[in-house]
Amino acid sequence: MLDTRRIRADFPILERKENGARLVYLDNAATSQKPRKVIDAIVHYYSFHNANVHRGAYALAVEATDAYEAARTAVARFVNAWSREAVVFTRGTTESINLVAASWGRTNVGRGDTVVVTAMDHHSNIVPWQLLCQEKGATLRMVEITKDGRIDLSDFGRALEARPKVVAFPYVSNSLGTVNPAAQLIRLAHAAGAVTVVDGAQSSPHLRVDVQALGCDFYALSGHKMLAPMGSGALVAKPALLDAMPPYHGGGEMIERVWDDRSTWNKIPHKFEGGTPNVEAAVGLGAAIDYLEQLGMDKIAEHEQELARLAIERLSQVDGVTVYEPHEHRAGVVPFTYGDVHPHDLATILDRDGVCIRAGHHCTQPLMRRLGVAATARASFYIYNDVDDVDALVNAVRKAGALFGVLAS
Amino acid sequence: MSDLGDLYQQVILDHNRNPRNFKRLDAANRTAEGNNPLCGDRIQLYVQLDGDTIHDIGFQMPQGSGCAISKASASLMTEAVKGKSTQDAESLFQAFRGMLAGGANAPGKLAAFSGVRAFPSRIKCANLAWHALHAALQNQGDPVTTESAKDF
Repeated sequence: MLDTRRIRADFPILERKENGARLVYLDNAATSQKPRKVIDAIVHYYSFHNANVHRGAYALAVEATDAYEAARTAVARFVNAWSREAVVFTRGTTESINLVAASWGRTNVGRGDTVVVTAMDHHSNIVPWQLLCQEKGATLRMVEITKDGRIDLSDFGRALEARPKVVAFPYVSNSLGTVNPAAQLIRLAHAAGAVTVVDGAQSSPHLRVDVQALGCDFYALSGHKMLAPMGSGALVAKPALLDAMPPYHGGGEMIERVWDDRSTWNKIPHKFEGGTPNVEAAVGLGAAIDYLEQLGMDKIAEHEQELARLAIERLSQVDGVTVYEPHEHRAGVVPFTYGDVHPHDLATILDRDGVCIRAGHHCTQPLMRRLGVAATARASFYIYNDVDDVDALVNAVRKAGALFGVLAS
Repeated sequence: MSDLGDLYQQVILDHNRNPRNFKRLDAANRTAEGNNPLCGDRIQLYVQLDGDTIHDIGFQMPQGSGCAISKASASLMTEAVKGKSTQDAESLFQAFRGMLAGGANAPGKLAAFSGVRAFPSRIKCANLAWHALHAALQNQGDPVTTESAKDF
C-alpha cells in the first residue's frame, strides 16, 4: 500500500472538515483532488513565466513555450507515445474524442459504414459517434456486455463482421471499474480493418499505459482525473493518422499560411491546436505526471485495487447491499446499491459524515438500462484514500440503513 | 449544521415507503412527465379534471427512479391537491416553491419539506412533481425537466 499519510499531506483540500468530520473523498472517477505541487506549478507559471506561446520574440514568451512543450514531452513519456508530435493538447477526453469523430470520422466514415462502441461506454464515447453516424448515414453498433460486467467478446466478434470503420471502447469502465482487455480488442478490431479509439479517461490516472504496446490508433485522456487542472487533457494518436487528418478548429497557431480564400496547415500537433492554448492546464498536467511517476503507476494500481477489494468485501457484509460485477480485473471503482434506498438519498446521508460518493447514472445510461437500475452509488478510490476511508464509507452506509430501515431488495 | 432528521422527517420517510395515489389513472384527462436528467428521476403524473376541480390524481415512477424526496413530495402533493380547484393547486405550487426558495413554510404536511432548503442539491427532487403538476394543469404536452425551468 502507498504511504497515504504522507500523500494526504500534499493535498490541501483534504484538511477540510465536513460537518466536523474529515473529508473522505471517494468520487475520484468524477475528478481527482490536486496536490500542492500542481497548484504551485500553476501559480509559479503565472507568477514568473506567463506569455503567449509559439509566437513571442522575447525571453518570456520562449519560457512560456518551453513550459508548454515540456508538458507535452511529459504526456508523451507517460503513455509511451510514438513521439511528442503524437500528443495534441485538448480540454479533456470529451474534446479528444470529438476531435477524432469530427476530423478522422467525417473524412473516412460514409453512408452505410459502421461505427462500433460498447454498452459500457461513457456518453462522451457514444454521443460524438451518434452525431457522426446521423450526419453521414452510417450505423452505430453497440456491443453488449456480459452479466459479470465485461465486454461480450462474442458480440464484439459479431460486430466486427460488419467491417466497421471505427471501434471505440473504454480501457476502464467509469461505472463498473472493469479493466477491459484493450490490447486484445485492438488486435481484433485491426484485423477487421477498423481504427481504434480508446477512452483512457479512467485508465490514465490509475494504470501504467503504453499506447505503443496497446497498438491503438487514438487514445484520449483527461488531466483533471489524474491530479491535473480541469480543462487539461490530450489526444494521443499515431502521427501518420494525424498528418492525414483535416484540422478540427480553425484559427491562429494551427495555420502555416493564410491567403484571402484558403490556408495551409501547421505541422502536427499544432495543426489541431487552434487559438491560444490553456498553457496553465498543460503546465499543471506536467506537474501531475511528475507526481504520479514518482509514486509509480504500478504501485498506484495495486493500492487502489486493494482498497476496492476491501470495500467490496465489507460492503457485501451489509445486508441489502449489492455490489455490481466484475469482482476481478477491476480498477478502484465500486458501484453498489443498498436495498430500496435510492442512491441519491444515500449520497446525501453519506455527505453528512464527510463521505463524498457519486450517485446517478454516471453518464452511462445505456449501461444502466442493461443493469436494470435507474442509478447506482459509486465509490472510487485514489492515491490518498486508505483503509480508514473504506471504514468511513461502510459505517456511513450502515447509518443510512438505520435511518431508512432498509428492506433488502 | 442541519441534521439529516430535518431532511428525512418521519412523514417523508413514511410517504417514501408507502406513497399515496401511486397509481396510473385510466380516467386521466391531463398527464405530464417530469424528468431530472441529473439523477435519472422520472415521474408520470395523471390528473382527472372535473371542470375546474382536480377530481382525482395519481403518479408513477419507473422502478428505482425516484429518490425518497421526490417520491414523498409527489405523494404528499397528490394528497394536498386532490379535490382542490386548479387555482388552489397553483397557489399551493407557488407556496411550496416559495418555501424551498427560502420563503415561509407551505401549509399543512407540505411544511415537512422545509428541511430541504438546507440541502440545495435536493431542491430539484422536491420540486419535480410540482412542476409536472403545473405542466399538466397548463396542458403542456412536452415533458418538463429540472433543467428547463429556470426557477426549479
